[in-house]
Amino acid sequence: MVVISDIIVQGLQMLLVLLMAPLLTGFVRKIKARLLRRQGASMFQPYRDLLRLLRKEVVLADNASWLFRVTPYVTFAAIWVAAALVPTFATGLVFNWTADLIAIVALLGSARFFLALAGMDVGTSFGGIGSSREVMIAALAEPAMLLIVFCMALVAGSTQLSTVANFMASSYVGLRVSLGMAVIALIMVALAENARIPVDNPATHLELTMVHEAMVLEYSGRHLAMIEFGAFLKLLLYVSLIACVFFPFNIALFGTGALAYATGAAAYVVKLAVAGLLLALFETATAKMRVFRVPQFLGAALMLGLLGTLLLFVSRSF
Amino acid sequence: MMSAVALQMACVAGLLGLAILAIALSRSKIATAVIYTITLIICLAALAGSLRWLLGGPADATGLILPIGLPWLGAHFRMDALAAFFLVVVNLGGAAASLYGLGYGRHESSPHRVLPFFPAFLAGMNLVVLADDAFSYLLCWEFMSLASWALVMAHHREAGNARAGYIYLVMASFGTLALLLAFGLLAGPTGDYGFAAIRNTPHTPYVAALVLILMLIGAGSKAGLVPLHVWLPLAHPAAPSHVSALMSGVMTKVAIYGFIRVVFDLLGQPSWPASVIVLGLGSITAVMGILYAMMETDLKRLLAYSTIENVGIIFVSLGLALAFQANGQKLPAALAFTAALFHVLNHSFFKSLLFFGAGAVLTSTGERDMDKLGGLIHRMPLTSFVVLIGCVAISALPPFNGFVSEWLIFQAVLQSPELPQWALKIMVPAVGAMLALAAALAAACFVKVFGVTFLGRPRSPAAETAVEVDRISLAAMFILATLCLLAGILPGPVMDALSPVAVEILGGRLPVQAHVPWLSIVPVSESRGSYNGLLVMVFIAISASLAVYFIHRFASHALRRGPAWGCGFDDAVPAAQYSGGSFAQPIRRVFGTLLFHARDHVDMPAPGDTRPARLRIELHDLVWERLYQPVSGAVGFSADRLNALQFLTIRRYLSLVFATLVTLLLVLAIWS
Repeated sequence: MVVISDIIVQGLQMLLVLLMAPLLTGFVRKIKARLLRRQGASMFQPYRDLLRLLRKEVVLADNASWLFRVTPYVTFAAIWVAAALVPTFATGLVFNWTADLIAIVALLGSARFFLALAGMDVGTSFGGIGSSREVMIAALAEPAMLLIVFCMALVAGSTQLSTVANFMASSYVGLRVSLGMAVIALIMVALAENARIPVDNPATHLELTMVHEAMVLEYSGRHLAMIEFGAFLKLLLYVSLIACVFFPFNIALFGTGALAYATGAAAYVVKLAVAGLLLALFETATAKMRVFRVPQFLGAALMLGLLGTLLLFVSRSF
Repeated sequence: MMSAVALQMACVAGLLGLAILAIALSRSKIATAVIYTITLIICLAALAGSLRWLLGGPADATGLILPIGLPWLGAHFRMDALAAFFLVVVNLGGAAASLYGLGYGRHESSPHRVLPFFPAFLAGMNLVVLADDAFSYLLCWEFMSLASWALVMAHHREAGNARAGYIYLVMASFGTLALLLAFGLLAGPTGDYGFAAIRNTPHTPYVAALVLILMLIGAGSKAGLVPLHVWLPLAHPAAPSHVSALMSGVMTKVAIYGFIRVVFDLLGQPSWPASVIVLGLGSITAVMGILYAMMETDLKRLLAYSTIENVGIIFVSLGLALAFQANGQKLPAALAFTAALFHVLNHSFFKSLLFFGAGAVLTSTGERDMDKLGGLIHRMPLTSFVVLIGCVAISALPPFNGFVSEWLIFQAVLQSPELPQWALKIMVPAVGAMLALAAALAAACFVKVFGVTFLGRPRSPAAETAVEVDRISLAAMFILATLCLLAGILPGPVMDALSPVAVEILGGRLPVQAHVPWLSIVPVSESRGSYNGLLVMVFIAISASLAVYFIHRFASHALRRGPAWGCGFDDAVPAAQYSGGSFAQPIRRVFGTLLFHARDHVDMPAPGDTRPARLRIELHDLVWERLYQPVSGAVGFSADRLNALQFLTIRRYLSLVFATLVTLLLVLAIWS
């Protein structure tokens, strides 16, 4: 009985991330449009985009290989599994011990590995430029991410996300300088990983400024739909990650009954909205930086992570 | 019933006999098939013997003394858990290389230069691991070095190979000299060269520190620690590909065995400053190795540089084990040590696989330069599939094996706050970040390897007309790819199999993983972190199939082939694709300007001029230019000066001898 309810919660979570992900992106786009004094498309436009792409035919380059056709499904699956393992509205997911935070980051790495390969598959320069820049950004983001994990694990004594969220939700963690540094660093990494401004521009159509979009330029139809969906999921994943570790207010603890789950879900939606609002504000207020400024941006994230970790060594109460 | 060590020695004797047979046979047509079949059988027998020893529960170490070598010592050979594990690595790699050689060796231009040395090389590696006294150890080590040197020189007429062999020989002699001094210090004034005696003698801290440094030079130069790595990217690719696989995948591991045997086993309880040195060298090696690989476009040389990275990762893990062991923290020490051994095993799998893949590309196109390849996924579908698996595994991505060992190392890094020393506390997170950087760069590097070599459009006629390689080579690659997947999804049994080694060397072990439900691995405790490769793979498979099912059920099936989007400019030349050099450009610019003094020189013709624009990339190997060139210059200079000593009269020689004798006696008199 317990197992069944656990599996239901896990299944709900998997469905929830799937359903919410396009909405979050749509919400961010809407807010950005309103901040620019535009009407903007409806918040539900991403769903329509996905459906439209699914109905369209796929135009495949002449020399595209099987890898190019498999990659959208592999990346989508890897990101979906990773997103399903991050606690959203409740901790204690039944399969949370399958992969800890390091493994979740590595799963996203797998998705990126295949996308970068697909960018190289057709043999155009756009794919190449996108792939080579994407792996450069990833190479810079990964050490910063590890130090954030380190900082988190020092406080919570675990890399298991449910355990971390449980610990952070308890009252005696309090405000800490090191966690503040870690959250800023994590937000910077998340911006880079999700190809957001100032690292990359998700809305650009000028090829030379694109990173992520250049890599997937050759995709169309249902393949593009899977890749877009993967990108939506990844944004949701990072927001959920930041929320469950650093802002775990009202997250439903394991086995606390239906009411707690309901408040947890409501709180989760609010957190997503706040995060989307802040992201839109930030993206409107800043400009995209040159590609070779990104090392400095991510280097700052690395330093913040290291500083947070070292502060924790000086005193556990920082 | 033969004892385990006797069985291994019988296998070694068989290999040595085979080497002699190969000399007799080498000009005949059947030689390749006969030799590789017999090495395959012998390696499998040795593998079975060592696996049975490792998995057969607690067994006492068995020794064997042969009446050869030094007359008062004899040659000691011994099988214990550490030796058994490394014998598994050696013979598994040997068996895979023999199987691959059955197919690949048929294209060999000069088999008589390869066949006799191949079994001898395998025998040498087996003997190093089995040796139980310093004299036999050094002898076997030299035998292994020379056999591999002969294999490096197999194609000595090709450009650069003679130089590679020369540098290898110099570095190997230098390394052996360091080992000789290390064992001399260990044996002490009593001069007992048996490992058992050395193990039972207490060593002063100075001796221990000196031995550590000498081992880092001796074993480290063979394993490829920066800055002693210079010979490795020259020599490993020069050999035939299955031998490159053995040298990179296995011989570097034998060097690591030597390091573990001396530093962990013979020296006794380590001190913590030792771990600082090992951690520092290991992390620099990991990052530098993969950055060198990133800059490289020669397929086999790139793989050799990536070996340097993996050796760095293993040394980082060993350094962590030293740090924990020095502070008596048995469980984290066992975790780091198991992670190191796991990575040793993993690297022998995927590096052999990748070298076999490079060999397959070389056989069917005759090219090693990836900038002249491309599009091979259409021409060699099976090879590209297994190489893709190798690339994913070496990039430490789940659910393959490379990720498991990296994950274990990160778990060990996360245990470092328990260390009492401040230097280590601050150093270990930084080392962890370096490891993460190395892992991410490795992923970037292998995107480049696969993307430039196998994807895109063919950049040369050779790549355009490539054909799939023979079935035997493919079988060898598929077996290794399967092992990569199995070790990735079932890490628990592997960790349990490694526990006797940790118990023997460190006196501690990880919790038994077989008891963890669902085949997860829980290295420390459930609340600290767990990973389940099998479920991750199952989840990915389920969600990918769900996605495929829904897409094919509800979405459009229409598919049209068309030309790629070229922004209105259809560049018909495949040379306009991203190449290895251009793929590395962002990373070269971020890291290379400092570490390699990389500069891009663009030669842009004036408007109206019709000559093509040129881009020249300037890279400097600073280790070679700042360290090796001055040293070799100084050696050359002094050799020139000392040359005069060769043309003296007999009277002068006699007076020189007399003066030396008097000086030495004086030194002795003053000393005592």
